[in-house]
Amino acid sequence: MTIHYISASERGTRMKMRIIINELAKYLFLLATLFGIVVLGILLYQIFADGFSWLNIDFLTNKLSTDAEKAGILGAILGTLWLMLVVAPVTMILGVGTAIYLEMYAKKGKIQSIIQTNISNLAGIPSIVYGILGMTVFVRTLQLGNIVLAGGLTMALLILPITIVASQEALRAIPASLSEASYGMGATKWQTIKNIVLPAALPSILTGAILSLSRAIGETAPLVVIGIPALLIPLPGSIFDKFTVLPVQIYYWTLDSTMIKEYANLAAAAIIVLLALLLILNLTAIIIRNKFQKTY
Amino acid sequence: MSTVTIERPKNKPQANVKVLKTVEVNKKAMFETQNFNLWYGEKQALKNIDISIHEKEVTAIIGPSGCGKSTYLKALNRMVELVPNVRMTGKVIYDNKSIFDPSVTVEQLRTQVGMVFQKPNPFPKSIYDNIAYGPKIHGIRNKMILDEIVETSLRNAYLWDEVKDRLHENAYRLSGGQQQRLCIARCLAIDPRVILMDEPTSALDPQSTLKVEELIRTLKEKYTIAIVTHNMQQAARISDRTAFFLNGEVVEFAETAHIFNNPSDKRTEGYVSGQFG
Repeated sequence: MTIHYISASERGTRMKMRIIINELAKYLFLLATLFGIVVLGILLYQIFADGFSWLNIDFLTNKLSTDAEKAGILGAILGTLWLMLVVAPVTMILGVGTAIYLEMYAKKGKIQSIIQTNISNLAGIPSIVYGILGMTVFVRTLQLGNIVLAGGLTMALLILPITIVASQEALRAIPASLSEASYGMGATKWQTIKNIVLPAALPSILTGAILSLSRAIGETAPLVVIGIPALLIPLPGSIFDKFTVLPVQIYYWTLDSTMIKEYANLAAAAIIVLLALLLILNLTAIIIRNKFQKTY
Repeated sequence: MSTVTIERPKNKPQANVKVLKTVEVNKKAMFETQNFNLWYGEKQALKNIDISIHEKEVTAIIGPSGCGKSTYLKALNRMVELVPNVRMTGKVIYDNKSIFDPSVTVEQLRTQVGMVFQKPNPFPKSIYDNIAYGPKIHGIRNKMILDEIVETSLRNAYLWDEVKDRLHENAYRLSGGQQQRLCIARCLAIDPRVILMDEPTSALDPQSTLKVEELIRTLKEKYTIAIVTHNMQQAARISDRTAFFLNGEVVEFAETAHIFNNPSDKRTEGYVSGQFG
């Protein structure tokens, strides 16, 4: 004999409620997702409405000028490229080197876990603090002045923790069976790392490095602290020149837009260029990841 | 593509037994383990192991899961030291010298004592580069010599005919059985004297298993082989001597025929007759 704890009609109404709640849940989460997309849409609309008509070849190839009609961002673009030229190798060498040490050499123990925790903590430190560090160490103590090299080293430090963690994850994803096969043939640790582990991990390492590089390109605060000149400066020709970068230029134009209205349009146009640059970088990262994705 | 024909050993069963007997007198021990103990942290994995692995023979190591048979094999080429917190006491003599002797580096030891793993683990490189990897890390740069090593190794692993037209394809495109024979060929390319095999057929289908077994039988003419296996028929088919491990101890170590037909220990009898395992 079956015992019915609830009547059939009651179960029917409860069933309806459950299905309604189920539907509601779906729309609630959709709403949460839409919120972000709508905000992004508004943002993009605003920027394109303000800046798109100002975006032309002259804007990309002209030097900075106080005259809004003549002003261009060639200096800022060159500055950004020079900055990347310092940041990319420095953060790659230090980041991958640290990751290799921590993953392949360091004994798993207290000291290793202290280092690991500190690297994770460094990733959470506000960027302006790195600016103060860069100013103290590179600009003042080493007396480099506010040149590309000083800014690049500061930015490299800023994204170093992200690069380290990404590289560590990339190295950890390489199955131990591959390095065991190499050790089993009498290869040394370094031969194994150089010939087996690093090549297999390189696509993921590069993806992580490019994504952290795009963070460096968008950062403003550390460079403002270092003292990027707001004045008109000659185009940077080497890493020892004074420079400005896109986000800093956007910042100054926005500041001054209360006095000169057209500066707001210039800022918006520069933002479009910056976004395009970031999009290209992220796309490169995605392409590398998809092209070299391997199953072991 | 031509089919591979693998020459079966022509020994009849009786002849096999005769071979075993001459083996006992003439062949020297390649590896000798004396009173060998091993701990993972606090847990003792191997207790007083006293067995030897004889030259140009196949020594099978059998036993239930977790009995320490893989650990023993990995101790022989010191791969076990990759595991943190491993401690060992006792002696492991290879070619009249302790493998822990400071004058012998692990790299030297592993060059002479190659290893084939449970799961085929080719490098994510071409077939050619997989084989050439070993010679290259030992300093061979000459392309002609490398070509020759690659061909000889693949031939000796009975893989040449199947892959000779696609040496520069990625090794992952081979079937599981081919990948494992590639791993054996890769091991042969460093010209070892001993080959340690850790359940080399457990991830393979029956046909590939058979091919690898045929290969092992021919390889023992030139190499000393120690093979860990879960498959008792396999041990009976291919090995000359068998060691039965249980809970980190060697219960019995004798000629294979003896272990399977007439074991001295009740536990060996129970295991080989399938009463536990």
